[in-house]
Formats: sequence, structure tokens, C-alpha cells
Amino acid sequence: MIWSSWSEFFSMGGYGLYVWGSYIVTFMCIVGEILLISNRRRTLEKQYSHIEDLDNNETKNETTS
Amino acid sequence: MAINWFKYSSPASFYSLAGKMIPVFVFVSVILLVAGLYVGFFVAPTDFQQGEAYRIIFIHVPAAWMSMFLYVVMAFWAGMGLAFNTRLSSMLATAIAPTGAMFTFIALWTGALWGKPMWGTWWVWDARLTSELILFFLYIGFMSLQAAIDDPRRADKAGAIIALVGVINIPIIYFSVQWWNTLHQGASVSINQAPAMATTMLTGMLIMVLASWMYSIAVILKRTRVIILERESHTTWVADLQKKGALL
Repeated sequence: MIWSSWSEFFSMGGYGLYVWGSYIVTFMCIVGEILLISNRRRTLEKQYSHIEDLDNNETKNETTS
Repeated sequence: MAINWFKYSSPASFYSLAGKMIPVFVFVSVILLVAGLYVGFFVAPTDFQQGEAYRIIFIHVPAAWMSMFLYVVMAFWAGMGLAFNTRLSSMLATAIAPTGAMFTFIALWTGALWGKPMWGTWWVWDARLTSELILFFLYIGFMSLQAAIDDPRRADKAGAIIALVGVINIPIIYFSVQWWNTLHQGASVSINQAPAMATTMLTGMLIMVLASWMYSIAVILKRTRVIILERESHTTWVADLQKKGALL
């Protein structure tokens, strides 16, 4: 085992700021990218349900008139 | 066995195929990520020159490779879309750009955080760093140009021109460390030389490279599906999927 304790692991031999700064920002980029795509998808799903509603309304109007 | 590969060049069949493939790539990339981080932090030894700071390599090198590789793939599909007027090719190119830009940013960011303790500076205008920054601007330029043009098919064509012209930058990035006297070190891995680092370090790095590939494929397929829905909302196959409740 390279590390004798967790604090040693987190300090990364004095380079903790640089090593964890790299890993944390990378992690945030990945999470951010996934969230952005899911958001874009959800917006689209809302639009589609509106389109569906519109279709339904149109058919209702047609039958009543 | 005859497989009709062209079947999947239609957005409709690609959409459902991609939907089935995404969970597989997500699963594999998570496994590889865990394995790569384990090897990187708990198996690979401390570097005799750089101490623990070298552990940035496990993201820096995969991110830098992906940034270049994804650009070539993006330019390839953009070019296919331009040459053969295939909708799906252009959509793929559009879907690749943000992920490529993200990896370029990560390569630059981790490079700065690695440069500070090792070289004493966050940034130098040497050939490797500058050409990688230009790559970042090429991705941003591709995305901005496409976003600025309302008609998607025209946006595809304009974007393809930028993407194809920008390919010239890729060999410049790759060979910059040989062509110019750079502060950046030479290639980490080469075919005709024994690796300059410990086997476990190399193993960890290569596992992380594979994880990045799997992640990129998953996320690009996911984005392509969204783009397909955005652009094909008027078609009957999307309406049919929606009626079946199979849009997800």
C-alpha cells in the first residue's frame, strides 16, 4: 500500500491542491455535461407533450364544429 | 452473413439502436473508471522525480488524446455530411463538438495545474500549449457558427468547412513537441520505444483512456438522440414513437 493514512492520501505529498484541483474540475465537467443533455431532453419532452395537447385540442374542435 | 449497414444511416433506426447501446457504454465506462482510478491512486507507485503530482497524468493524457481524436471524428462526419448530404452524419458532428471542447478544456486545465508545481508556471506560449488552445477555439468556433445559423442544414455545411480546415491543427498539436523546442515533454507513449514510465502507471493511464472513450461514445450517442428529436419532430416516425410511448 502506498498510503499509510487518509490524510496522507489527501495531501498527495504536498501536491493536493494540484491533483485534487484537476480531478474535481474534471468531475464537475462530466456531471455538468450529463445534466445539460438531460435538461435539453426534458425541455424537448415538454414541447412534445404540448404538441400532443395541441393535436388533441384540434381534433376536439373539429368534432364539435 | 449480410448486414445492411446503411440501415443505421437513417435517423429513425439509428435512434432506437443508439437507445439500446447507451446503457452498455455507460456500464463499461463506469467499470473502467473505477478500475483506472484504483490503479492510478492505489497501485501505481510514487514518481521518483515528480512525487505524487504526476497522478494528474491519469486525466491529462486521456483528455488530451480525446480532444484530438474527437476533433478528427467530428471533422470526418461533418465532411461526410457535406459530401453525401446525409443528415445523420452532420448531426453526429454537431453532437461531438461539445464533448470535444470539454476534453480540450480539461486537458488545458489539468495541464496548468500540473505545470505550476513542475515548471513553475500555469501557462507558457509554447507550441504544444498554444496549438491545444487553438483547438479549443476551433471547437467553440464550430459550435458558435452552427448556433448562429437558423437553418440546420446550412449550419451543418458552414460548420463542416470550419471543421475540415481546422484538421490541419491536429498534426501540429501532435508533432509540436518534435518540431519545436517546447517546455512540454515529448510523447508519453510511442510505438517504437519502450514506455518511459512504470508499467502500472502506463496500465492505469490506458484504462483511463478506454474509460474516456466509452464515456464519450455514451454521451455523444445521447446527445445525437436529442438532436435527432429536435430536428425530426415533424416526421411521422417520431409521431409514431410518441404514440407508442416509446420516445424514451
